Amino acid sequence: MSDTALQTSGFPWLTAVVFLPLAGAVLLFFVKDAAVRWTALAVALADLALSFPLFFLYDRSATGMQFTERVAWIASPPINYAVGVDGISLPLLLLTTLLTPLCVLVSWRAIETRLREFMATILVMATAMLGVFVALDFVLFYVFWEAMLIPMYLLIGVWGGPNRLYAAVKFFLYTLAGSVLLLIAILVLFFQGGHTFDILLLSKAGYSQTLQNWLFWAFFIAFAVKVPMFPFHTWLPDAHVEAPTAGSVFLASVLLKMGAYGFLRFTLPMLPDATAAFTPIMVGLSLIAILYGAYMALAQADLKKLIAYSSVSHMGFVTLGIFALNAQGIEGALMQMINHGITTGALFICVGIIYERTHSRMIADNFGLANPMPRYATCLVIFALSSLGLPGTNSFVGEFLILIGTFLWNKAAAVVASLGVILAAAYLLWMVQRVAFGPTAGHSALRLSDLNWREMTIMVPLIVLVFWIGLFPNPLLKVMHTSVDHLIEQEDQEDRALARRDAREMRERREARDGHVAQVSLKANNK
Amino acid sequence: MFDLLVTLIPALPLTAVLLNGLLGTRYSHEVAHRLGWGSVAVSFLCAIVVFADTLKTGVAQEVTVYTWIFGGDLTINLAFLIDPLTCIMLLVVTGVGFLIHLYSVGYMHGERGFTRFFTYMNLFMVSMLLLVMGNNYLVLFIGWEGVGLCSYLLIGYYYDRVSAAKAATKAFVVNRIGDAGFLLAIFLVFVNFNTLDYTQVFAQAGKLSTETATAIAICLLIGAIGKSAQIPLYTWLPDAMEGPTPVSALIHAATMVTAGVYMIVRNHVLYDMAPVAMTTVAWVGGLTALFAATIGLVQNDIKRVLAYSTVSQLGYMFLACGIGAYAAAIFHLMTHAFFKALLFLSAGSVIHALSGEQDIRKMGGLKAKIPWTHSLFLVGTLAIAGIFPLAGFWSKDEIMAHAFTHHYYALYAIAVLGAFLTSFYMFRLTYLTFYGQSRVDHHVAEHIHESPTVMIGPLVVLAVLSVIGGFPGVPPEEGWFHHFLRPATTGVGEEHSAGLGLVVALMSAATVIALMGWGLAHYLYSVRPEAAQRWAAGAPRAYQTLLNKYYVDEIYDLLVVKPTKRLGMLCDWFDRTVIDGMVLGVWRVTQSGSAFSTGFEKYVIYGLINIMGYANHLSARSWRKLQSGMVHHYAAMIVAGLFILVHLILVWWTGSSVIGLALR
Repeated sequence: MSDTALQTSGFPWLTAVVFLPLAGAVLLFFVKDAAVRWTALAVALADLALSFPLFFLYDRSATGMQFTERVAWIASPPINYAVGVDGISLPLLLLTTLLTPLCVLVSWRAIETRLREFMATILVMATAMLGVFVALDFVLFYVFWEAMLIPMYLLIGVWGGPNRLYAAVKFFLYTLAGSVLLLIAILVLFFQGGHTFDILLLSKAGYSQTLQNWLFWAFFIAFAVKVPMFPFHTWLPDAHVEAPTAGSVFLASVLLKMGAYGFLRFTLPMLPDATAAFTPIMVGLSLIAILYGAYMALAQADLKKLIAYSSVSHMGFVTLGIFALNAQGIEGALMQMINHGITTGALFICVGIIYERTHSRMIADNFGLANPMPRYATCLVIFALSSLGLPGTNSFVGEFLILIGTFLWNKAAAVVASLGVILAAAYLLWMVQRVAFGPTAGHSALRLSDLNWREMTIMVPLIVLVFWIGLFPNPLLKVMHTSVDHLIEQEDQEDRALARRDAREMRERREARDGHVAQVSLKANNK
Repeated sequence: MFDLLVTLIPALPLTAVLLNGLLGTRYSHEVAHRLGWGSVAVSFLCAIVVFADTLKTGVAQEVTVYTWIFGGDLTINLAFLIDPLTCIMLLVVTGVGFLIHLYSVGYMHGERGFTRFFTYMNLFMVSMLLLVMGNNYLVLFIGWEGVGLCSYLLIGYYYDRVSAAKAATKAFVVNRIGDAGFLLAIFLVFVNFNTLDYTQVFAQAGKLSTETATAIAICLLIGAIGKSAQIPLYTWLPDAMEGPTPVSALIHAATMVTAGVYMIVRNHVLYDMAPVAMTTVAWVGGLTALFAATIGLVQNDIKRVLAYSTVSQLGYMFLACGIGAYAAAIFHLMTHAFFKALLFLSAGSVIHALSGEQDIRKMGGLKAKIPWTHSLFLVGTLAIAGIFPLAGFWSKDEIMAHAFTHHYYALYAIAVLGAFLTSFYMFRLTYLTFYGQSRVDHHVAEHIHESPTVMIGPLVVLAVLSVIGGFPGVPPEEGWFHHFLRPATTGVGEEHSAGLGLVVALMSAATVIALMGWGLAHYLYSVRPEAAQRWAAGAPRAYQTLLNKYYVDEIYDLLVVKPTKRLGMLCDWFDRTVIDGMVLGVWRVTQSGSAFSTGFEKYVIYGLINIMGYANHLSARSWRKLQSGMVHHYAAMIVAGLFILVHLILVWWTGSSVIGLALR
């Protein structure tokens, strides 16, 4: 039935990309202690290499899913193993495979206990995250969605900082609420959308306004916690502070994108009317997140918290772009999801690097680093500039498209969002001023060694991406165009179809009522 | 060929940036600085060829490099527009830029981070060239932010100095406020024209309503105010003097800060449609010109006096834009680039000679020790003060005359007063630095030396330009300069010339004003040095207010910076107390819920069961009492039972109780 929309290709690319890290995780338990790091790195790199051709093989002009695979899983209810990517999920998939080897490298020396288990957790995490982006069956999606939480929980709970229990409980509480509502929403969709879990079919089904409204809020809680949108964000700073660097990177770069991806994959196509109805609230919350996150970032003394709150602000831009509901806004949001993954991930790595040297994440303990660590300071400045959206770097392209999309929707909203751009410069450069510049700190600073080859290996690809996307964003934008256009057309079409159906229903109801009235009067006459 | 030359202009410094930035540590300083100034020199030659071509053909040409962004129906190219306005800016930027690069070789000799300096300077050249060459608003914006970045990096060049790091952050953040306005202007342009290319926008500008044109013009103005350090966003520029002196000359005097003026002239089509915006531009400029000049009167740091002077001169350029004298604005931009670069670099030469001393109270009598620097600085002073026939005279006079002949008398009066103050503070600076008794610390005095040729050479060129730089603009409003620029600056109501008599009268007035300023400075700082202190003591409050720059920094700190930080703290408190409080509340409720259900099970459910058991036990005991074995007890019970039974039967039959029957 839906097979028309799914062309199956020969080699199971996506299955291979998704499950290779899992296989690697199993493999890790059969290698010698000394080989754990290299094995993990080799697996992660192999996965990156495997996913890389997708970028070139992907047909930029075709709408719909590509590289699809479908295998029946459970007969009744009909649950399939169905995967595929489009222009929305492919960049996120590539971002994930790119970050996995970096996360392995980041943890090279930082993790001292249970290294084997740690690396296995990282790889399992990668499989779960990749699965979320490729799943085309709602149950499969939900399985990956929940599976992702377990390794994350372990990363924080086992390898986390001193206050990890508190962070883990908070993380758990928030996500639990979201997950329960998501499950309910999925079940409701199953029964209302034609007894299928096929995401593409469910997207085409069309639902009544009332049902859409209920589903919208259920989805909203589930996704808003992940983004995180104000006021569901307070798990984020604590989780970041307690998580090891690799955990922070996964959290900031990929996990936060799940919420925004959910909005794009489910809320917008499935619930177009509710989306249209609640857009002002979504934009309002996004604007609050942008400003609130920025002000929070200004007040932080802990580097990780500062960057965590800057994430809240940046993800506010992403949701703002999504709910501007036009091509510029959504493409900007997608760009910004990737950019945030690169830049904020890099900033967390920067914090991790300095934490390994000074054992403090406090701004007050780390200052004047430009003298002992010039390479480090250069990287920090580059990523800070990228994060504040300097033209020529990646974030500018995303922010610019988001703002222009927002401006087309509502001028005042764009003006408020622009304030966030100013504040971003303030908190990031103030941070750089205090951490990188100023007089070199007495005894501790002199012993600090600059970035070594391993750390440069992590930084260089990210720096290249910052400028490559900033100067040549089109190759990436081209991947997104068709899918985003399709999404918006769908939105419009469904709007119109729904309006037609509503009109028809109303007419029928009116006719029925009129008929009834006519019959009643007929009876009266007969009497 | 033309396309290649145009592309090479920014591409050459970019190549130098990449080489010096990535490989700079691998080779010697000599290679690094040769790459630095060499690339700019070749760019300058390319610019001359491009200029000659434009002069010959007289048409604007566009060169597209590649498509940068497209999203939705928005397509943005990295493309250049070469027209007379761009040509003038190109010559000024690459020409003055080249001289300052050359000077830097001597000035920065032996400094830590020598290669880094040239990398940043070249990156600045790239950004500034993109800014003036772009054929659309977004390329302008890349350049705009790029120069801001380089300004940030170079102000903070001595990064281990806290004041430098702070000044750098301040400059960037204050500029960002303006940039936000600029971004909004770009969005407005896109919404109204569906393109960001100048030529298409200006061709369709006629369809705009006055309100929209005003909105765009005002948003652009906000951007220009930030970049060009006008009221109320000028406070970053004096602090920017923390950077090395060549940076102050190139970025914070000759080129970057004039970007706002360039932008307004570039968009003059939109401004011509928005009279309210024009008036705003004129008054922002006029007030800044006067305001900054008054602060400049009493400052004691040689570079800060020049910084306030720059703010003031930029005010003149804004004033010129606001009254529609676009060509005059660009003319003043050009001459100002010559004499202000000269002044800053000569000041650098002074500072160099005095081992880093910048306080003019510790200078004096340097004329004999550094004669070259003295003569060059004096030429700069004469030029900026508007002494006939130096460059500053022609350009400044033209602005004032335009104001007068177009009946902006209030602005004219402000401009004249500003000119008087300019002349005064510049000669004050000259007298305090080079004349009178030496107040130099004797340790420093032993090392005073004239600067090397590599520094003096560029200064001589700039001095010559400061002398003759005004002649292309003679006669006023009708010179070669104006004819060349006309295709790019023709606005509404441009055409009309004042009578010769009026022109001469205005020129004479301007000269007299400038001479008066000189005279007063001569009296106070040469003839009667004690009089200046007496004047200052005579009006202590006014003097202190000026010395503290009207306390504007303190006021901003109180009204903007501190409240912003406090708001951050408030948000932090809100986050931890209220939002986290709610989350923990849910946790507590869940926790206490489980405690409650445990308690409920323990006490209520088990309790009920126990109660039931106990009740059973109790009732059994009472029932047991009935079985007393005494007959009269049984009889009484039978009677009571019968009574109840009969009563029930009666109720059943009659529907009423015995009591009810009795009452009936």
